[in-house]
Amino acid sequence: MARSITTQRKTINTVLAWAIGLLIFFPILWTILTSFKTEAQAINDPPIFLFFDWTLENYSVVQERSNYARFLWNSIFIAGGSTLLGVIIAIPAAWSMAFVPSKRTKDILLWMLSTKMLPAVGVLYPIYLLFIKFGLLDSVLGLTIVIMLINLPIIVWMLYTYFREIPVDILEAARMDGASLKSEILYVLTPMAVPGIASTLLLNFILAWNEAFWTLNLTAAKAGPLTAFIASYSSPEGLFYAKLSAASTMAILPILILGWFSQKQLVRGLTFGAVK
Amino acid sequence: MKNLIRTTIGATVMSLLASTALADGHSKTLTIATVNNGDMIRMQKYTDDFTKKTGHKVEWVTLEENVLRQRVTTDITTKGGAFDIMTIGMYETPIWGKNGWLVSLNDLSAEYDAADILPAMKGGLSYEGTMFAAPFYGESSMVMYRSDLMEKAGMKMPDAPTWEFIRKAAAAMTDRDNEINGICLRGKAGWGEGGAFITAMSNSFGARWFDEKWNAQFDTEEWKNTLTFFKGMMTESGPPGYATNGFNENLSLFQQGKCGMWIDATVAASFVTNPKDSTVADKVGFALAPDNGLGKRSNWLWAWALAIPAGTKKEAAAKEFIEWATSKSYIELVAEKEGWANVPPGARTSLYENPNYKDIPFAKMTLDSILSADPDNSTVKPSPYVGVQFAAIPEFAGIATDVSQEFSAAYAGQQTIEEALAKAQALTNDAMEAAGYK
Repeated sequence: MARSITTQRKTINTVLAWAIGLLIFFPILWTILTSFKTEAQAINDPPIFLFFDWTLENYSVVQERSNYARFLWNSIFIAGGSTLLGVIIAIPAAWSMAFVPSKRTKDILLWMLSTKMLPAVGVLYPIYLLFIKFGLLDSVLGLTIVIMLINLPIIVWMLYTYFREIPVDILEAARMDGASLKSEILYVLTPMAVPGIASTLLLNFILAWNEAFWTLNLTAAKAGPLTAFIASYSSPEGLFYAKLSAASTMAILPILILGWFSQKQLVRGLTFGAVK
Repeated sequence: MKNLIRTTIGATVMSLLASTALADGHSKTLTIATVNNGDMIRMQKYTDDFTKKTGHKVEWVTLEENVLRQRVTTDITTKGGAFDIMTIGMYETPIWGKNGWLVSLNDLSAEYDAADILPAMKGGLSYEGTMFAAPFYGESSMVMYRSDLMEKAGMKMPDAPTWEFIRKAAAAMTDRDNEINGICLRGKAGWGEGGAFITAMSNSFGARWFDEKWNAQFDTEEWKNTLTFFKGMMTESGPPGYATNGFNENLSLFQQGKCGMWIDATVAASFVTNPKDSTVADKVGFALAPDNGLGKRSNWLWAWALAIPAGTKKEAAAKEFIEWATSKSYIELVAEKEGWANVPPGARTSLYENPNYKDIPFAKMTLDSILSADPDNSTVKPSPYVGVQFAAIPEFAGIATDVSQEFSAAYAGQQTIEEALAKAQALTNDAMEAAGYK
């Protein structure tokens, strides 16, 4: 009896999980479908789901109008660069907070997180002026730095949480064996926290990839990533939904593929330390 | 021999310097910020023609209208220099011109024929007689209506209708069983969306935003009449959920045959008459925006124009681009490649004198609409501001966005018209006081 209840619950849970998953994925699916419609089909009322004349015209228009490869390269550089840079800075910071905490550690952690509570537009002008001063406007390097700084509190927090799950005795044993601080972090701590570091890398890569405020406000013709590419197809005066959907699909496809192939690591990392 | 070597080296150095200077003087790369609409995208396609003629290259930054506004405003106020040319509208131009943020365009070449620019456009893009932006295309608003539904309703649309006629026609054309709404209008919050429409409409009802001393005027009968009429007509004959409909939502409804009438930007005429996208392309008529017998119509005036930020190092090349993009020859280039219906409208007088363009069904009504709008004298009672659907002061965009949110809430039934007007009055006066106008 108990077994049948468990099976029933499992079935319900599975159906529920799929239903929620599909619900979350539906807007993305709709965007992909719309990208293959004509502009007239895109606005049809009632909406057309699958039975329409599929066309690649929107993709060809988008390819003709925009330099997709340049936007894609900028996205990869900015998201990859800012994530790597962030992790390099955050690992020693998280190590210190997790294993050598001071009286102020908790305050520092909360203060770091509080910087995320400020609306980005509140610091737009100071950062814009700094970018002018240092010649970083419309540069991939400038954007990489800014996005790294924005995501740094999250990276530190995530790594701190993972590091806290690692028994301090292991690090002490390494020290007794004569490991230097560098060796302790590089050869003892980091390998043990690989799932956590991997999920931190992935999550921050996704966050950096999707960042749209700074990438729109600090770029012009050269450093714009895929978020700027999508923004160039949005219009309040003219129906270009099919083209906008084609641009959006092209922008999200790389990150969707990355997410699909790394979902195991992502889930493993996110649940790391959740169950003892 | 030594002299020969010296002369040769000297000549080589001089010619190298000269060629560098020549290259610097003649071949620049211009960065242009622009808005994503059909005419601007078309212009990007023909940039090669400009490069071929001048040697200058162009890099485009295309953004959605509101993002573009934020982006170029940040850049010009900080003297960022990210752009050599900016696409701006009639609202920004006089304010930025007054602040000294834009380069004067009064010295464009004789061949450019600046006198050919429609006076209403030139006036709206100038400050104290100096033109600070050249119109790429201009627009007003007008009535677009379904001629078949109008005929079925047994009515005939006059060239210059009144609001009473529009309300009656809308009721007569409404067919809820067949999902046909007599009239589709903007109700969406936002100063450039529903805010622009209701402000232009209020002009024809005798309302104004401010009196001569910058006091808000939402506590007047004229504003109450405007909103009461608008909400009443839309409740009778408008589409469900009109409070959240903007340009795109109404365009979609009209193209699918679900609107009897639509009063909106003249630029929409080319969309609704395009058989590729519109199911009613051959059944559309045009008329002037309605009035109320008070001497002011409810049409607005707008232009997307090209301006050069002060301080750019490429001023000469930027002027060359503006001359090319807003010239008569550019219009001819587009006409030759894509037909007269696709040329940027509303900027030059000569376009409307061109016999080829006169055949376009919406050409005359577009011109008449533009000519009937007067930004310097847009209200029945005197007002201290310039602008038809806006007041050209820096604070307007923020205030009007808040006001239009209150109005949209009233259309959606979340509050009464009286409550919306009282809130609009209070917030406008507060903002004007804080800004030092009172």
